[in-house]
Amino acid sequence: MIRVQSDPIDAGAMLDGFQSGRTDIGAVVCFTGLVRDASGGAHVSTLELDHYPGFTEKMIAGVEDEARKRFDLIDVLIVHRYGRMAPGETIVLCAAASAHRRDAFQAADFMMDALKTDAPFWKKESGADGERWIEPRDQDHADRARWRASR
Amino acid sequence: MTRILYFGKLRDAAGRASQDAAPPSDIATVGQLIAWIGADRPDLADALSQPSVRVAIDQEIAAGPDAPLAGAGEIAFMPPMSGG
Repeated sequence: MIRVQSDPIDAGAMLDGFQSGRTDIGAVVCFTGLVRDASGGAHVSTLELDHYPGFTEKMIAGVEDEARKRFDLIDVLIVHRYGRMAPGETIVLCAAASAHRRDAFQAADFMMDALKTDAPFWKKESGADGERWIEPRDQDHADRARWRASR
Repeated sequence: MTRILYFGKLRDAAGRASQDAAPPSDIATVGQLIAWIGADRPDLADALSQPSVRVAIDQEIAAGPDAPLAGAGEIAFMPPMSGG
């Protein structure tokens, strides 16, 4: 399931809803990404995410589809926020469920790498030093590329 | 009428998030649309022409500046994406 929302993400409740009552799942790996109060030495007081309604969901669905092709998954949950956030708030929750742990670990890792460079969000950090748009780092592109190499 | 969307830093460059435009019928490709939009805004044309900018035509990623507009209703200009 994919959700793109402006409301805060309650990671515990989302994860509970994802896995409770399931007897077919043996492993769930859940990643949560949080807003940090510092970035590249600059203080961050607010992070604002721009998105493209409809297209953002579609591109994230493409990430889920690719993960399901690559790994033996039973279910996937990706919840991503947009709008204004403060340090400590959850930006993204990405969970993968499988029968055994390896597929869940790898799928969560793959999906986060793909979201970093392929999900239509644009981040603007604001703080005491002013505001600036954030773009994927070289490391993010390298992380994404290692999955292409392993295809 | 074509709706043109600007995201991230391109929204700042354009000074707005979107505009409704009626390009002349001889504007057939993404590259031609950028030149037309930027006729009186060379700074914006330059920002939209950067190789890192991805373009979506009716919510499908376009191949490049030669991609045909083909009567598209919505064209989005997107700087490098940064999710997660």
